[in-house]
Amino acid sequence: MKSNSRNLYLIPYIIWIGLFVVTPILLVLYYSFFDIEGHFTIDNYKKFFTPVYLKMIFNSFWYAFLITLFSLIIAYPTAYLLTKTKHKQLWLLLIILPSWINLLLKAYAFIGIFGTYGAANSFLEVMGIGSKQLLFTDFSFIFVSVYIFLPFMILPIFNALDELNPSLIDASNDLGASPWTTFRRVIFPLTLDGVKSGCQVVFIPALSLFMLTRLIAGNRVITLGTAIEQHFLVTQDWGMGSTIAVFLIIAMVLIMVLTGKRKRGIL
Amino acid sequence: MKKKSKLSSVYLVLVFLILYAPIFYLMFYSFNSGGTMYHFEGFTLDWYRELFEDTRLLIIVLNTVIIALLSAVISTILGVAGALAIYYARRRRVKNTLLSLNNVLIVSPDVIIGASFLILFTIIGIKLGFVSVLLAHIAFSVPIVVIMVLPKIEEMSTSMIYAALDLGASRWDVLTKVILPYITPGIFAGFFMALTYSLDDFAVTFFVTGNGFTTLSVEIYSLARRGVSLNINALSTLLFVFTMMLVVGYYFITKRNNRPNGLGVKQ
Repeated sequence: MKSNSRNLYLIPYIIWIGLFVVTPILLVLYYSFFDIEGHFTIDNYKKFFTPVYLKMIFNSFWYAFLITLFSLIIAYPTAYLLTKTKHKQLWLLLIILPSWINLLLKAYAFIGIFGTYGAANSFLEVMGIGSKQLLFTDFSFIFVSVYIFLPFMILPIFNALDELNPSLIDASNDLGASPWTTFRRVIFPLTLDGVKSGCQVVFIPALSLFMLTRLIAGNRVITLGTAIEQHFLVTQDWGMGSTIAVFLIIAMVLIMVLTGKRKRGIL
Repeated sequence: MKKKSKLSSVYLVLVFLILYAPIFYLMFYSFNSGGTMYHFEGFTLDWYRELFEDTRLLIIVLNTVIIALLSAVISTILGVAGALAIYYARRRRVKNTLLSLNNVLIVSPDVIIGASFLILFTIIGIKLGFVSVLLAHIAFSVPIVVIMVLPKIEEMSTSMIYAALDLGASRWDVLTKVILPYITPGIFAGFFMALTYSLDDFAVTFFVTGNGFTTLSVEIYSLARRGVSLNINALSTLLFVFTMMLVVGYYFITKRNNRPNGLGVKQ
């Protein structure tokens, strides 16, 4: 194949990469060295390592960790049981379907459900616990996040379980392993890649979702995403916002390196 | 064993229930004449009527659809060019570099994409509004199209291209009569993905949209921040139905994708 034909396809694509992939990252890096008045400074980074911001980073990671953990705990058995059903592809499609519905609408539904007179409180009344303040709490934030991320966690685990060779499990059983040992020593290690990519798909967006914290947690929870949005759109301090963004990019790269290659993103 | 399978079906049903309950809760109350999301007074279609009489909202819907269609068409063209560029890249290193750059926007959190594009558009001098939103949507849809089209090109046997060249086809003929017909299912899948990504996007649009221009997601966010209003319920019911139609359409396209290779080539 002659090389001149290949260059033609490269032109628009390289322009796109240059303009929308490379330049934005460099711009964020560049802006992180300017304060709100436009002076070159490393104050943003100094400010970033003060207790206020470090606490926010810690909180953000803690929430993302909890969200990932609970999603995993619920998703793994679901994925496992799904592979045992008869029409598993159809069931999988039904599990994935809610993820196609606009995230804001799902969050909005929970504003109704967790409201003072909403379904959740009626349920608590019937159970005899009595109504509680549910909206704008840590609980509601984590619950709604897990709800939203669940399909994204189930999908890669399902795929990993589906590819698992069943004769390995038979062999393990035949050799006298208990179901728990089989799970711990055979099934889980072999589906670890699915778990890893599921965690990646959940953890990174969980660090950065600002609309959920605004709508469900009512500004009580501040994540890295909320802080970036705040700095860019409310206080107009682009320098500080960029500094947090740089940190988020570094965190993202670290997570991706730690959990191996990610095949395809969803959010 | 029987008891165990019963328990597992209960678990699966519970997960399904939790996944779908909020959506149906939302739809159910869109018919409530009471005006709240907790006490169902009587059946009414008033909220739908109000929705269709709200010209501002209809314009927003129109904007959203125009942005989605335009960005999907343009990003499909760019994405196909990109996939061909990656396919024709002969050196392994170039190929891998292009692929990793392609995936940057897929794995980046929306907040980072939004914030960096905001800086980019401000520096270039593009007024925030229709153009900036359109450019942003094109930019984040391109890598998705590439990911959908590339496997289809790679599975195509190179002997087909050589055969066409040997038989005297020009490069343009090879592209339009051999390659493009073969990868059409992949192109359609990419187009649909781009369409849904654009329709679904909130965070990026939220950053790069100015005061005068809104899309549906941004509008829902600002409405939801003000609290419950059953207009949104009616709107989400309609969106749900629309999303289902898109998913079914996408499902059939991917089904065609899985056809035996020979059938993919048109005469």
